[in-house]
Amino acid sequence: MESTVIKSRNFNASFGSNHVVKNVNIDIPRNHVIAVMGPSGCGKTTYLRCINRMHELIPGASSSGEMKLNEEDVYQMHPIFVRLKIGMVFQRPNPFPNLSIYDNVIAGYKLNGIKLPKAERDRIVEHSLSRVALWNEVKDSLNKKGSFLSGGQQQRLCIARAVAMEPEVLLFDEPTSALDPISTSTVEELFHELKVNYTLIIVTHNMQQAARVSDKTAFFFMGELVEYDDTKIMFTNPKDNRTQNYITGRFS
Amino acid sequence: MQASHVKYRLGKSYGFQILTYILAFACVVPLIAILFFIIKAGVTKINWHFLVNIPKPVGETGGGIANALVGSILIIIVASVIAIPIGIMAGVYLSENRKSRLAYWCRLSTDILQGVPSIVIGIVAYFWLVKPLGKFSALSGSAALAMMMLPIVVRSTEETLKLLPDTLKEAALALGMPFHRVIFKVIIPVGISGILSGVMLSIARITGETAPLLFTAFGNPYLSTNLTQPMQSLPLLIFNYATSPYNEWHDLAWGASLILLLWVLFLNIFTKIVTRKWKVQL
Repeated sequence: MESTVIKSRNFNASFGSNHVVKNVNIDIPRNHVIAVMGPSGCGKTTYLRCINRMHELIPGASSSGEMKLNEEDVYQMHPIFVRLKIGMVFQRPNPFPNLSIYDNVIAGYKLNGIKLPKAERDRIVEHSLSRVALWNEVKDSLNKKGSFLSGGQQQRLCIARAVAMEPEVLLFDEPTSALDPISTSTVEELFHELKVNYTLIIVTHNMQQAARVSDKTAFFFMGELVEYDDTKIMFTNPKDNRTQNYITGRFS
Repeated sequence: MQASHVKYRLGKSYGFQILTYILAFACVVPLIAILFFIIKAGVTKINWHFLVNIPKPVGETGGGIANALVGSILIIIVASVIAIPIGIMAGVYLSENRKSRLAYWCRLSTDILQGVPSIVIGIVAYFWLVKPLGKFSALSGSAALAMMMLPIVVRSTEETLKLLPDTLKEAALALGMPFHRVIFKVIIPVGISGILSGVMLSIARITGETAPLLFTAFGNPYLSTNLTQPMQSLPLLIFNYATSPYNEWHDLAWGASLILLLWVLFLNIFTKIVTRKWKVQL
C-alpha cells in the first residue's frame, strides 16, 4: 500500500473575487510523478502554488479547505517549514545572479544562515549537481556566476538548489516551457531519477510531456479537478467527456 | 515641384540636426567654463601646505583649509550614517508595498522633500536642533544634510528594486527564507549597484550645500572635530571668505572652490565606475 504525501480536501483558492481553484480533492502518493495539466487559466498553477503556500504572497489572494502534508495541515504550519519540506522550481530559470554556481546550490543553507562545515557543503553541492546531471558540466566552473550557464543548465541548477534542501515534495511550474527541446528532454529524464527520493508534482500545458513523464495525471478545467487517474488510463480511456475533448485536441 | 518640396524638407531637417548639435554642445559649455575659471584661479593656491594648515588671521599670508576639509568630511559621514540606512529601508518598503496608503504618503513626502529649498531645511534644523540645544553644532548640520540626502536615496533604491524580477524573490521565498533574509541576502545584493549610485549621487549633492549649514554647523575658523560644537565646512568657508574684503581670503576661497569641485567630480566618476563594476547581470 503506497502512502499519501499530499492530501487536499475541498480546497479552494481565489484572487480577490476571482475564484480560481474550486473544491479540489486529491491524494498524491509518495515517490510518484504527478502531472497536472489543463488549458491556460484553469487554476493548475494556482493550485500548485497553494501547496507550498506561495499563492498567499500575491496581494488579494486567499484560500480555504484542507491541504495536508503527511497528515499535517500545511496551513497550520509556518510557511517557512512548509517551503523547506516542499521545494519549488519555476517556469523560468531563476538562479541568484549575484551568487556563484556553488553558492546557488547551497543557497537554501547559506542564505538561511545555516552554518555547515566545508566538507559537508562540498558533499551537498556535488551530490545535488550529480542528481540533476549537471556535475560533469560545471565541476570546473563552480565559482562562475549562475547566469553564466545556458537556459537548460540554469533550470537544472534551480532543480539542484531545490534538491539540496532534501525536501519531500518537489513542485515544478511548467519547468520546461522556457527551454529548447534538448534541454527539455534532459530535464524530463531527471524526473524519473528524482522520483526515487521525492514526490514530483509537475504542472504542464504540454500533454505529450504529461504522458511521457508522469505516473498519474490530474486534469484541471475552469478551476475544477475534472479527472485524476493513472496516466495510462487518462490518455487511453478517460471517463469524463471534457478530458476526452482536451486530450484529443478539441480545445486547448 | 515635388522634388523642390522634398529638397526644402531635407534642408529643414538638416538645419534642425545642426541645431541639436549646437544645443548639445551648449550644454557642455557651462561646465567647461566653470572648470576653466576655477582651475585658473585656484590651481596656484593649492599645495600641501594649503591642505594641512588652518586659515591664518587677516594680514598674514599663507594658511590653508584643513579645518574645512576635516569638517566637511565629518559632517557628511554623520549625515550619511543617518540618511543611508533610513533611506534604503524606506526604499525597500516602497518597492515591496507599492499600493499601500503609507507608500503613497511616503512617496509624496519624499518627492516634496526633494523640492524643499535647502535654506528652508536649514531653518527647520535651526528651530528643531540648534535652538533647543542652545548652540550651533556640526551634528545639527549633519541632520539638515541628511534630510536633503533622504529623498535621493529612497527613490533611487525604490526604482532599482522595482526593476528586479519578482521571480528572484519567489526563488528565495520558495527556499524557505524569511522575509528579512530575502531582502538582505538577495534583493539588496542584486540591486546594490543602483542603490550605491543613488547613495553616491546624494553625497555629491550635499557636498556643496551651503544654506543648510549657515545656521546649523555655522563655521569655525579653527580645526575642530567635536560634533557638538560649531564646525567649518568647505562651502561655508567659501561663502564667508569670498564675501570678505581681504585678498588673502579670496585666494583661500578660490582654492577651496577647486577642491570642492574636484571632490564632486571625483564622486561622480567614482559612482560610474562602481555601478559598472558591481552591476549584477540578471
